[in-house]
Amino acid sequence: MSFPLLTVTAALPAVGAVATAAVPAARRTAAKWLALAVSLATLVLSGVVLARFDPGGARYQLTESHAWISDFGVRYELGVDGIGAALMALTALLVPFVIGAGWHDADQVEERENSRWRPTQGFFALILAVEAMVLVSFAATDVFLFYIFFEAMLIPMYFLIGGFGDRAHAAGEEEGAKQRSYAAVKFLLYNLAGGLVMLAAVIGLFVVSADSLGEGTFSLPELLKARASGDLTISTTTERLLFLGFFAAFAIKAPLWPLHTWLPNAMGEATAPVAVLITAVVDKVGTFAMLRFCLGLFPNASEWATPVVLGLALVSVLYGALLAVGQRDMKRLIAYASISHFGFIILGVFAMTSQGQGGATLYMVFHGISTAALMLVAGFLISRRGSRLIADYGGVQKVAPVLAGTFLVGGLATLSLPGLAPFVSEFLVLVGTFSRYPVAGIVATAGIVLAALYVLVLYQRTMTGPVRKPEIEKMPDLKVRELAVVAPLVALLLFLGVFPKPLTEIVNPAVEHTLSDVQKKDPEPQHPVADHTDPSAWFDYKPAGHGGGDHE
Amino acid sequence: MIGMTDAASAGGASAASGVPSLWTVAAGAGDTLQAPSIEYGKLSPVLIVLGAAALGVLIDAFAPRRARYSAQLFVALAGLAAAFAAVIGLAASGAATTKAQIAGMGALAVDGPALFLQGTLLLVGIVGVFTFAERRLEPAAHGSRVDSFAAQPASVPGGEGEQQAVKAGWTTTEVFPLLMFAVGGMLLFPAANDLLTLFIALEVFSLPLYLLCALARRRRLLSQEAAVKYFLLGAFSSAFLLFGTALLYGYAGTVNYSSIARVVAGTDAVTDPVLADTTGNDALLLIGSALVVMGLLFKVGAVPFHMWTPDVYQGAPTPVTGFMAAATKVAAFGALLRLLYVVLPGLRWDWRPVMWGVAILTMLGGAVVAITQTDIKRLLAYSSIAHAGFLLAGVIATSEDGISSVLFYLAAYSFVTLGAFAVVTLVRDAGGEATHLSKWAGLGRRSPLLAAVFAVFLLAFAGIPLTSGFAGKFAVFKAAAEGGAGALVVVGVIASAIAAFFYLRVIVLMFFSEPRADGPSVAVPSAMTTSAIALGVVVTVVLGVAPQYFLDLAGQAGVFVR
Repeated sequence: MSFPLLTVTAALPAVGAVATAAVPAARRTAAKWLALAVSLATLVLSGVVLARFDPGGARYQLTESHAWISDFGVRYELGVDGIGAALMALTALLVPFVIGAGWHDADQVEERENSRWRPTQGFFALILAVEAMVLVSFAATDVFLFYIFFEAMLIPMYFLIGGFGDRAHAAGEEEGAKQRSYAAVKFLLYNLAGGLVMLAAVIGLFVVSADSLGEGTFSLPELLKARASGDLTISTTTERLLFLGFFAAFAIKAPLWPLHTWLPNAMGEATAPVAVLITAVVDKVGTFAMLRFCLGLFPNASEWATPVVLGLALVSVLYGALLAVGQRDMKRLIAYASISHFGFIILGVFAMTSQGQGGATLYMVFHGISTAALMLVAGFLISRRGSRLIADYGGVQKVAPVLAGTFLVGGLATLSLPGLAPFVSEFLVLVGTFSRYPVAGIVATAGIVLAALYVLVLYQRTMTGPVRKPEIEKMPDLKVRELAVVAPLVALLLFLGVFPKPLTEIVNPAVEHTLSDVQKKDPEPQHPVADHTDPSAWFDYKPAGHGGGDHE
Repeated sequence: MIGMTDAASAGGASAASGVPSLWTVAAGAGDTLQAPSIEYGKLSPVLIVLGAAALGVLIDAFAPRRARYSAQLFVALAGLAAAFAAVIGLAASGAATTKAQIAGMGALAVDGPALFLQGTLLLVGIVGVFTFAERRLEPAAHGSRVDSFAAQPASVPGGEGEQQAVKAGWTTTEVFPLLMFAVGGMLLFPAANDLLTLFIALEVFSLPLYLLCALARRRRLLSQEAAVKYFLLGAFSSAFLLFGTALLYGYAGTVNYSSIARVVAGTDAVTDPVLADTTGNDALLLIGSALVVMGLLFKVGAVPFHMWTPDVYQGAPTPVTGFMAAATKVAAFGALLRLLYVVLPGLRWDWRPVMWGVAILTMLGGAVVAITQTDIKRLLAYSSIAHAGFLLAGVIATSEDGISSVLFYLAAYSFVTLGAFAVVTLVRDAGGEATHLSKWAGLGRRSPLLAAVFAVFLLAFAGIPLTSGFAGKFAVFKAAAEGGAGALVVVGVIASAIAAFFYLRVIVLMFFSEPRADGPSVAVPSAMTTSAIALGVVVTVVLGVAPQYFLDLAGQAGVFVR
């Protein structure tokens, strides 16, 4: 038996969470360093996963399979394709920054005489617990195993949102606690409701597989094989119902308009690092699962639903962007911007072209990094002034130029400036969408224009202009710890913006597999075909005319 | 067993059907008096428990007051442990699978479901004894440690007799034999293989429970009110059950389960001339079985027979509530399963639509009404109603998977319930247990460990993955979906979502609200309550993470002997 690399990668933060929680109350700093060390070790392990992953090899690699609950047909099955490996790496990459940025967040929770009350230990333990569960979700190739962790991660997330908010709340301490608890409950109820709908569909899938295969199974590779060979047949109506059950859960998690309303509350009330955890890490499970489970298991129903899903995605893109323009609270602004970006991701997934889905996968990674950069700097800004309102700022770049500069880079990445990583993915998504659904591609482009508007207006109102408020005059620039958190993220945005090839090489074969699941080929281009001298060859996409996407 | 024979001879003098049973032997004792043949070995779990209960009565009658507590505790625990060992022994000897048989002249079944449920009930009983015997929570009354039960239940609340009893430091050690009788009746209930045994078992476990409900040390009027309500409604439901039994006897000429089933299926014709007018009358069959099922649905607390649940759960002493909530559900669902699967499979197409309706009403009714509750015990009562609905979904599956999933769910649910109510006993203020939800605000900040444990139980109730509640719910819903009740699964999922809301509300209250200045404190219990709670947590987590062994166990136990 080979070394269970994926299990170890996911189990390390889980063990770290328990260890962190067990640190005595007085040794808070030790708990922080322990959590950081564990998250860095996990990053190394996920780097090993990426390195061991062979893009030209089998579809699922590093697989592990053990019997678990045979009565339910459940196995403990892990395995990554390129998409999963990339997202595991993203998760492991972001968590150390989240921990670094949240270094003092839990200190603000007031002290109590009770020696068992250990908010700092709890905060970091919960972050590591979320990391562990997200990693399992990305690696699970058993539908039931995925479902369990997809649901279970809500619990630590819920305590992170409800238990640790910004102490300096505009509406006062008590009102702040109320809103925080409201946001946490809303988050949990939305996602739990989605999860329970999915549970019904999971049970349905078991019954269907038991009917056709004799013995119910949740193993994704087996289900895909049975689908391809015709052993597993699902009637049209059943397939559509099951698809809807799965999709509803993922659409809430992603989140897709009109199921998005929990996200602004949750991101607004949570501390900035937790908000990053929500939008950059946890929500990616939703879009990832659409690619892996919705398209993989229910190709016909996915095709049936595509027009509606594309419509909703477009609404998300525009609605999120429009509401972002109108926000007065900068964390909520970033939340609405994220909704707009998730619209792009879902657009790319359901465009059913290799550029679209490859772009969507890159988008998941790059959006994670860019939102993390923007949100964490916004969090540093908020912690200095004690207010989330944009109107309370102005002229910050004069007193804190480094902070303003990194904020600008994060913002420019969010609006997909060429040269920064998100541009690559957004461009691919739009190209991929346009080649099959030209109108959708054109409408989505409006989202980019609006993105420029909300980001630049945000920057203008907070950073430029004269310094009017006395609190801002005394505002310190980024400290060493904060710089250490932001600088690597900015560097990554720049690096991947000009050289995304390593990532695309890993992602592309997985996308081709997914497309073959839905039996789609890229449409013949109506527009002039690009050749290899074209700059788009940087992205290593073979244009359709050269046979790319004719995957058998 | 002997007592039953007496009851039977008073019951039916005309039972002359071809099937010999305990009752016909007793009734037909005209010419030669035959001793009924009883398989004492197979029935040893019940006999041990009832014997220990009788011994407990003697101890209370003859032992000096100061020695009673420890003697009762010893007898109860030893009896339950011995009975549990007997169940294990029977199961190991194959009585649950290959050698399943009808014992006691057709009165009792010794088979997989019966033994599985008896084992569960005995463990629940042991944990129940632990919580009954807890004496560290109440402040010592005049120097002697006291438990949650009234000093002298017969005295008027607040009266002089009560004051004297409290001053003398008396305690009601009768609770242990009462508990043992209740457990004994519950052991019989899911094993009963004819309708009269079913009725007697029902009475044997219900009467002690009525009494136990009235014995609270604090808030005695509320407790007595609960007991009266429980008794009156319970007596009605027993009457329904008995009346239904009479009608079914009229229809089939027998009270034996499998004989009735054969008559329903048409393979056995009744030849008794006395019953010539009524046999084979479908109206009797339908009304009779409806009445019997109604009696059982009352015990499981299904809507619309649930009215007693919140009042009784709230008024009864909390250890009794925990025991009752867990054990009654186990016993009554066992009996319901046997009745529907062994007696009435031929009427499947008649009872399934009705049970569909009851299950939907129960799931949604319990979950929706629970939202408005402000008392933790009432909240748990409504939650138990919702859980009865989920269990009914498994019952409706009418398959072997349905049986085993319900068995598994019952085992999982009962330990969560026991643990949750044990936690409730610990949260106290000057007036005793602080059950009003507003008093639980900020508990997580004062006693993080206790609040975390309670949160685990609530998450298990809500069916969050990696807890036993999820494994149980999944098993039940899977069985229901395979049994063609997909729509019921969808309703169950919706009800789960509603239920999740109020479980979470408690968690929010405990962890995210500021503690009140006059809030309750958490009493430090003895090792007994601690172990009850710890066992609850361990079972919850183990059944959630690695349920396969127990699913196998329940799966092997999923066949009724006919």
